[in-house]
Amino acid sequence: MEWKRKDLIGLEDLKKEEIEIILDVANSFKDVSKRSVKKVPALRGKTVVNLFFEPSTRTRTSFELAAKRLSADVLSFDVSSSSVAKGETMVDTAKNIEAMKVDCFIIRHFVSGAPLIISQNVSASVINAGDGCHEHPTQALLDLFTVRERFGKIKGLRISIIGDILHSRVARSNIWGFKKLGAEVIVCGPPPLIPKEIEKTGVKITFDIDFAIENSDIIYLLRLQRERQKENFLPSLKEYSFLYGIDRERYEKIKEKAFIMHPGPMNRGIEIKSEVAEEERTLILEQVTNGIAIRMAVLYLTIGRKI
Amino acid sequence: MGILIKNGYLIEPKTGKEGNFDILIEDCIVKKIGKNIPSKGHKVIDCKNKIVSPGFVDLHCHLREPGREDEETIYTGSLSAVSGGFTTISCMPNTEPPLDNKVTVRFVYEKGQKSLCEVLPIGAITKNREGKELAPYFEMIEEGAVAFSDDGNCIMDSNIMRRALEYTLLHKKPIISHSEDQNLSKNGVMNEGFISTKLGLPGIPKEAEEIMVERDIKLAKLTGGRLHLAHLTTEGSVEAVRRNKKYLKNITCEVTAHHLTLTEDAVVGYNPNAKVSPPLRTERDRLSLIEGLKDGTIDCIVTDHAPHTFEEKESGFENAPFGIIGFETFLPLCLKLVDYGIKLKEIIYKITYGPARILNIERGFIEEGKQANIVIFDPDIEWIYTKDKIKSKSKNTPFLNWKLKGKVLYTIYKGNIIYSDLE
Repeated sequence: MEWKRKDLIGLEDLKKEEIEIILDVANSFKDVSKRSVKKVPALRGKTVVNLFFEPSTRTRTSFELAAKRLSADVLSFDVSSSSVAKGETMVDTAKNIEAMKVDCFIIRHFVSGAPLIISQNVSASVINAGDGCHEHPTQALLDLFTVRERFGKIKGLRISIIGDILHSRVARSNIWGFKKLGAEVIVCGPPPLIPKEIEKTGVKITFDIDFAIENSDIIYLLRLQRERQKENFLPSLKEYSFLYGIDRERYEKIKEKAFIMHPGPMNRGIEIKSEVAEEERTLILEQVTNGIAIRMAVLYLTIGRKI
Repeated sequence: MGILIKNGYLIEPKTGKEGNFDILIEDCIVKKIGKNIPSKGHKVIDCKNKIVSPGFVDLHCHLREPGREDEETIYTGSLSAVSGGFTTISCMPNTEPPLDNKVTVRFVYEKGQKSLCEVLPIGAITKNREGKELAPYFEMIEEGAVAFSDDGNCIMDSNIMRRALEYTLLHKKPIISHSEDQNLSKNGVMNEGFISTKLGLPGIPKEAEEIMVERDIKLAKLTGGRLHLAHLTTEGSVEAVRRNKKYLKNITCEVTAHHLTLTEDAVVGYNPNAKVSPPLRTERDRLSLIEGLKDGTIDCIVTDHAPHTFEEKESGFENAPFGIIGFETFLPLCLKLVDYGIKLKEIIYKITYGPARILNIERGFIEEGKQANIVIFDPDIEWIYTKDKIKSKSKNTPFLNWKLKGKVLYTIYKGNIIYSDLE
C-alpha cells in the first residue's frame, strides 16, 4: 500500500494500513533527532505554514521542529478569533496565504470541522493539529507509536482512556486509532462527560476508574479543563480528583507491565498527582519526543506524495 | 377577458373535488369551475396532464425585513415563494426590530401588499421575544397579525406561556410554539447521538423538544387556549400529539419539508446548510413524521424558509446560524411523500387548506366567487436545482444540485399570472 492522501484530517477515515505506513515512516525519522546534525533534506524548498486559530505552544513547536528537521521553511501564523469578526472567513485566510505559494497548512481551530472545510478549498496539504472536539490525529499517531515501541505491538492490548471524553479530540482520535490497530478500548469518566452513543465506535464504557486501571495495559489520562466545573459537568475539581485522579494508591494498583500516558499539559493535582507524574511507569516525555518523528512522517507523506 | 385554465386535473382540498375541470378566472375571482368552458375571448392556459391546485399556504417562514435586507426582503421572499407555488405566506416576527408592536406589524403588512403574494405577519408573543412580558396582541391584530409566536425562542416561563394561551380565548389567534427546552439545547448545533459524538459537535437531545411539547400540550389543556406546535422533529413529539389530539381539539402541529426529507446524516462533512433549528434527526424520527402526516396527527407542512448570507453560513459549522431556504424546493420534496403511500390529494391538503384552517383564513381552496389563488404544476418534470435558478436573495440550501421531481408552471395570485416557468 502507498500513501496517496493530500491531507490528514482524522484517523476515522484512515485504513489500518495507512496508519501503519505513518508509524513505519516515523520510525525511520526518529533517528534524525538523535544525531548531532538534526536535519535531512527531504522537504527542502517546501513551505509549511502553521495556521493556529486557537493558541497552542506545544503542538505548534513540535510541528515547527518537525518541519525544520526536514529542511522545510516554516511560518507560524496566529489568527486570533477576532479576525473572524473582522469579516474574513477562515477559508479566505487560508486562500490568502496559499496565494503566496505554500505547500502545507497545519491547522488548529477551535471549531470542529474547520481543517476539513479548508482542505476542500485549497490545493496545499492540510494537516489537522486539533479541531474543536473532533480529532487530533497526530497526537493519536504519536501515542500509537509510543505504545508500539514499548510493547512491540498494539493488537490485543487494552487501553483505558480516562477523563473528559465528551470534549476531547484526543480521545476520539485515539479511539479510532487503537480500535483500527486491534486494541481493546475502554472509556472511563463521570457520566456527564461520556458522549452519547460512543459505544457505537466499539469501545466499552465504565464509570469505575479502579476497574479500568486494574485491567488495562495503558492508562491514558486526559487533561481536564477547569471550565468544565463552571459549566456544571462536575460538582468540583476536588471531587473529580478524588473520583478520577491517579494518586499513589491507584498507581500501586496498575498492572505490572502497564504504563500511564497523558497528552499534556498535565494538570498536576487534578487528573494526576505530582508524585505519580514523575514515576517510572509513565510515558509522558517519550510521547513528546515521538511527536517530532510522527509529525515529520506526516509532513513528509502528505507534502512529499507529489515528489 | 379572463384566464381560462383548460384540461387540467383539479384537486380541490376543501370539498374533496377531484378530476378534469376547466376554471375560468375573471376580475381576480374564480368565475366558474366546470367541464368544457368555451374559450372564446379568454387567455387559455392548456393544462393537459397538469395538476391544478389552490395556491400553497405557508404558515412558517422568515422574510428578514426589517433588519436583515441583505439576507432577504419581503419582496424577494415573495418572489421566491410564488416561484415555489405559494400565494399566501405567513412570516415570523424575529426581525430587527421584532414584530412585537403595531408599528412593525403594519410595516410588514404594507410591504406585503406591494409584494407578489399575500404576506401575513405573525406577531411576537412577548415583548422583544424575550419570554418575559406579553406583547400587545389586539393592536397587532388590528394591523394584520394572524398568529403569535416567539419563533426561534421558546417561552421558558410556563406562567407566561399559560397567560399567552389564555388570551387566545379572546382573540382566537393561534399561539405558535417553538417548543424547545433551551437549557437542554444550550450550545447544541445538531441532533445528539453517534454522529454528533463522531463529529465532536455539541448535541441537542430529542428530549429538549419533547419536554416542551408535553408542557405546551398540558398548558393547552389547562387553558383551553389555541396552541399550534411548530416544526416537530421527533418520534416522541408526534406520539405526544397523537395521544392528546384524541380529546383535545385546540392543538395542531406542523412539520417542515426538510425534516421529512433529510436526517442528521446530512451534517457529516460539516455542511452548514444542514444546520437547522430544530436539528435534523434520525431516520426513525423522519419516518415517524411521515406516519404522523398519514394518520392526521400532523396538520400541515411548512417551509421554515430561513435565508442567511453565504458569509454567515461559511463561518464554520458551530458558528453558522441555523436555517435554510425552503420555498423553491418545497413542492418536489412534498411530492416525494407519494412514495410513502400518501395520496397526492392528502399532500395538497396539508399545504393549502390545512395550514389556512390553522390561521382561520379564507384561503387554500378554489371556489366560485372567491379569490383566484391557484397553482398549476407538473408532478413528473425532473429538473436540477442549480444556484442560478435560486430566486431567494440567499442561497443556503442543502438541496443545491439535487435532481428534483415536480415543477411549478404557473402561479396565479388574485387572478393574475404572477409567476410562470415559461418566462
